[in-house]
Amino acid sequence: MQASITNSPTRYGWAMIILHWLIGIIFIGQFVLGFVMMRIESQRTSFELIQLHKSFGFLLLGLIILRIAWRLGNAAPALPPSVGTLERRAAPLAHFALYAFQVALPLSGWALVSVSTLEIPSMPFNLFVMPNLPLAESDAAENFWSAAHWYLAYAGIALVVLHIAAALRHHFLLRDSVLTRMITPSSGRE
Amino acid sequence: MHARILGLAAFAACLVMPVYAAVALSDAAGSYTISPAGSSIRFTIGKAGGGGFDGAFARFKGTIRIDNADVGRSKVDLTIYPESVGTGQGRIDAFLRSDAVFDSANSPEIHFRSTSVTRTGDTTALVTGRLTARGKTFSEKFTAELDGLKAGTIKFHVTGKVLRSRYGMDVGTPLYSNVVDFNMTLMGRRG
Repeated sequence: MQASITNSPTRYGWAMIILHWLIGIIFIGQFVLGFVMMRIESQRTSFELIQLHKSFGFLLLGLIILRIAWRLGNAAPALPPSVGTLERRAAPLAHFALYAFQVALPLSGWALVSVSTLEIPSMPFNLFVMPNLPLAESDAAENFWSAAHWYLAYAGIALVVLHIAAALRHHFLLRDSVLTRMITPSSGRE
Repeated sequence: MHARILGLAAFAACLVMPVYAAVALSDAAGSYTISPAGSSIRFTIGKAGGGGFDGAFARFKGTIRIDNADVGRSKVDLTIYPESVGTGQGRIDAFLRSDAVFDSANSPEIHFRSTSVTRTGDTTALVTGRLTARGKTFSEKFTAELDGLKAGTIKFHVTGKVLRSRYGMDVGTPLYSNVVDFNMTLMGRRG
């Protein structure tokens, strides 16, 4: 079976599938990493984990820009008939919100490091220096973006949990193709 | 004839001029206690993307001994208390004091003891010595320049570069340079 890179009217192509799982894993990993790095006792490990969190945040931002561009040029496949009217209306809103969080989280993190009075540079994976956003640094701004990043993270992860629950419901209760079509790519012949 | 003698005298004076510091230093021979009031120990660490961050140690003590007969036998002994580090940013100070960097709770002192002093100019010398921090000792070199000599006091401007990774303080590299640039003013009072 020849796997297609692009979506078909009923199935996802492998580009979208890879981006979905890659971003999903990094997104959840970032939540766990963010949680651990703020609570770990060793200041050294904490510092290093924060730099790692920043690296993955910038990677996530790059991937989501790619994903949005791909999505704009590649319509999502139609939902299977098993999907009810209410969910048919709610799903695009939930997916739009998921995209919004994927953009807002790395951006708010970038804003946080940009305004921080600690002035710690960003160097994704020690490869290059990422400039700061043109925002004025102050303790007040740092507190604001720190809180914003924190609330967005919890709201975002709540939405991810809802998204996973919906996918599992489709797979195990409704027994339709909503989950499997995000695993097996389109053959391009559907 | 007189003019010729004067000329010779002037020539001789010119020859003598460069060694005025040696004369001065021989006047300076003796033991000095470093006075924190007139001294400062500052450092700068470069940052990726430009700039750097500056800090200073507020508490330190030490002695300088200038040997009259042989400058090479002069000695410097310096103890720095890393707990007193200050950068103007409390969170960074706490980080530097923690076990991420100085671990000042377990290693409360940084020592420097000179092993040799080599004259490099009229007023300059290269000071080599053993630097001990966090239980690790390495040979380091500092440049000392005589910056002032008054009755009973002597002042040196001391600069040098130290690689922090050797002392188990490599956290943050390459975001922050491994090279710590020291810039010190050490003022000693006789006695």
